[in-house]
Amino acid sequence: MFTDVVDLSRFQFASTALYHFIFVPLTIGLSFLLAVMESLYVMTGKTIYKDMTKFWGKLFGINFAVGVATGLTMEFQFGTNWAYYSHYVGDIFGAPLAIEALVAFFLESTLVGMFFFGWDKLSKRQHLSITWLTALGSNFSGLWILMANGWMQNPVGAEFNYETMRMEMTNFVDVIFNPVTQVKFVHTVAAGYTTGALFIMGISAYYMLKGRDLPFAKRSFAIASAFGMAAIVSTLMLGDESGYELGEVQQVKLAAIEAEWHTEEAPASFTLFGLPNQETMETDYAIKIPYLMGIIATRSLDEPVTGIRDLQANNEARVRRGIQAYGLLEQLRSGNKSPETLAQFDELKKDLGYGFLMKKYTDKVTDATEEQIKQAAKDTIPTVAPLFWSFRIMVACGMLIFTVVGLSFIQTCRGKIANNRWLLRSALLAIPLPWIACEAGWFVAEFGRQPWAIGEVLPVNMAASNLPASSIWLSLAAVYILYTLFLIIEMYLMVKFAKRGPSALKTGRYHFEQSENQLDRLVDLH
Amino acid sequence: MFDYENLRLFTWAVIGVLLIGFIITDGFDMGVAALLPVLGKNDTERRVMINSIAPHWDGNQVWLITAGGAIFAIWPSVYAAAFSSFYLAMILVLAALWLRPIGMDYRAKIDNPQWRKACDYALIVSGVIPPIIFGVGFGNLMVGVPFEFNELLMLNYKGGFLDLLTPFPILCGLVSLGIVLTQGSAFLGLKTDRELCARSSKLTVIVATITAFLFIAGGLYSTIEPGYIITSPMVTDAASNPLLKHVVKFDGLLLHNYDAYPLLWLVPAAGVASLFLCSIMALFQRSGLAFVLSSVSIASVILTAGIALFPMIMPSSIMPSHSLTLWDSTSSQLTLSIISVVAVIVVPIILGYTAWCYYKMFGRLNNQYIRDNSSSLY
Repeated sequence: MFTDVVDLSRFQFASTALYHFIFVPLTIGLSFLLAVMESLYVMTGKTIYKDMTKFWGKLFGINFAVGVATGLTMEFQFGTNWAYYSHYVGDIFGAPLAIEALVAFFLESTLVGMFFFGWDKLSKRQHLSITWLTALGSNFSGLWILMANGWMQNPVGAEFNYETMRMEMTNFVDVIFNPVTQVKFVHTVAAGYTTGALFIMGISAYYMLKGRDLPFAKRSFAIASAFGMAAIVSTLMLGDESGYELGEVQQVKLAAIEAEWHTEEAPASFTLFGLPNQETMETDYAIKIPYLMGIIATRSLDEPVTGIRDLQANNEARVRRGIQAYGLLEQLRSGNKSPETLAQFDELKKDLGYGFLMKKYTDKVTDATEEQIKQAAKDTIPTVAPLFWSFRIMVACGMLIFTVVGLSFIQTCRGKIANNRWLLRSALLAIPLPWIACEAGWFVAEFGRQPWAIGEVLPVNMAASNLPASSIWLSLAAVYILYTLFLIIEMYLMVKFAKRGPSALKTGRYHFEQSENQLDRLVDLH
Repeated sequence: MFDYENLRLFTWAVIGVLLIGFIITDGFDMGVAALLPVLGKNDTERRVMINSIAPHWDGNQVWLITAGGAIFAIWPSVYAAAFSSFYLAMILVLAALWLRPIGMDYRAKIDNPQWRKACDYALIVSGVIPPIIFGVGFGNLMVGVPFEFNELLMLNYKGGFLDLLTPFPILCGLVSLGIVLTQGSAFLGLKTDRELCARSSKLTVIVATITAFLFIAGGLYSTIEPGYIITSPMVTDAASNPLLKHVVKFDGLLLHNYDAYPLLWLVPAAGVASLFLCSIMALFQRSGLAFVLSSVSIASVILTAGIALFPMIMPSSIMPSHSLTLWDSTSSQLTLSIISVVAVIVVPIILGYTAWCYYKMFGRLNNQYIRDNSSSLY
């Protein structure tokens, strides 16, 4: 399956990132919901809200542990498996990671311990502040990470420096206000809020279906459905905004997601379903909705959306310029720094990344054959079918979630949710949907970036560390064995505590303990 | 914007502070975890130990993550070269550290002796393996790593995992384990009471003394190890390109900076003295002082290694002129400025709220406390 170390490293990175992303959205979402619940406790003084904070906090903790463990991998994996990447873009990419750790992750991780163990040591208000700051920390953490990721998609505010042989930051403000980052951040955290909300709704629905701990379940459900309603609406709206943003800066990804092989006359139609065929560059059995694509991608009825065939032809020209840029770079590196060479290089260097694509086929880039150039241009288009389908899976999940959360919210407002068994059952069954959507969305974002590690700057085949395949097989084995084990234990604990419900807090106020207490009393009576 | 040369020096110190912060704080987390089988005679005692670090270990670990991020941002080529060269060692550290959150958070959630035993083993691994490997890694940086660059600055590492295990780096690994165990037992002397406290203090006396002797042995052994000296004029504020200088590897000159500036000997001397004093304080049950001295010894030991290397960060043993130094392996001036400003503003704030958390959780834990709060504690 994997012929070289680049594929192996890619597979390892994809596995560890997707795995880490199982735990991130729930952390982001639950941390805010916990803060909301505890605020209600401090405002009303009702113990039930404290119990809610503690119980959902317990599930939050089970999730958080694996998130912490697997996040560690992410911080170091760029260095271990993507050495040239780290050298080449560390000047820009490293900064948001370092700042994330300093301003966000420190806050979140230092205070989360106080959330769990500080109940008796802190005043009510102090503890509430801790909970809010933990939530803020986890959200800010997401902002800085997505800033780094947004820069991989759309590398603004940076320039190549031939002396240091890497990209260097020219404008930090541009990196922070990268339009891709802004949209991505709100879409991603909103997806996290949705995940947290549906998680609480689904489990609370289970208690209602079982007729247990009704006041606890109803209150949790109400808070989560209101929060979830706002979250899913933002997720969908910002998802649409991402589509518009892609139309501006990542045309190849957009065309691949939509299997848009030809440039259509404006306004372009949207392919609802079909079977994309990479060989013939056509979509078989396509069902299309007129106008929709043009509106999503350009917000207009008269601008065309460029198709894959045209983009590929365009990229071929860029590969040729990239090869020239590479030749000039070689001259500069070997000491010929005449003003003409420099001027020529400056003109062509934005296509240098396209020249690097040739490295996959030949070491002497400047001697590339026609066929190799054609092949490299073809490489600039990611495989369409997986993108096409993941995107549709994500959107379908989003729509389903919208329906379930929307109906639940309405029924909650009408005060009829506890009797609506089919809706409660669908909320319970809907628990996996946000995860499927999140993973599919992450896949679209990252697989759609191929063949680039950094969009149009550094291809993946150059970015990887020069490691023996055996080392990566060993690390892959460690990752797969341990991560699988963690997932089994995590799921076991999650199900165990979710089933037990608030009785797990051992306050004596909830279902299982009450029946046990009653039993004790019966025993006493006899 | 600040002067490039000073930024390079300042950010070298930033990395140093982060590494010292990591070993001082997370050092006692690893130390406590590693000492579980030695000091915890039964499940309740082991829970006392685990809960002494439970509220803090997660925040402490962020020192490591921050150091990783800061090395990425400040020395991108070092981040790339060190972590890819020490690939399997890094994976081993990560795997060991994965076990810690699981062992900490899940241990008490399943009431089964076998499960808790398994978690104890996981925690022991998470406490023993990382400090050893960090020490071995540092030792290898000091004696040089077999790598070279090609014309595009792509790295080629010519060693393997077992090549890391030569005598001097192993000695460094043992010193590293020693300071972490000292820190762990000194911390337990501060956070526990009665028998467990007495046992911890007794152990601190022994471990601190052994560590002091290991550290001295490392110093003596290092006199036969090579040192790397830049022999061409060095422009300290030029664009970062590690291929432009000339470096010569001299056998037996690992400590050349100390020979050049004898006052620097105060740093390793402080390391040895603080370890011995820590041992004495623990003997007289002065646990607060013992802990402070153990922390001082950590700072001294790390600084001793940093000074020996300066201005090298990662010398190359096969192509000394390709060595990575703090003058030619840093990020651009703009990036260094940004990180410096953020660090100057944020690190004091971090220290502030971290101190507040410790202050709030202050006090000794005992078996009764564990029994009373069994369902909410680890």
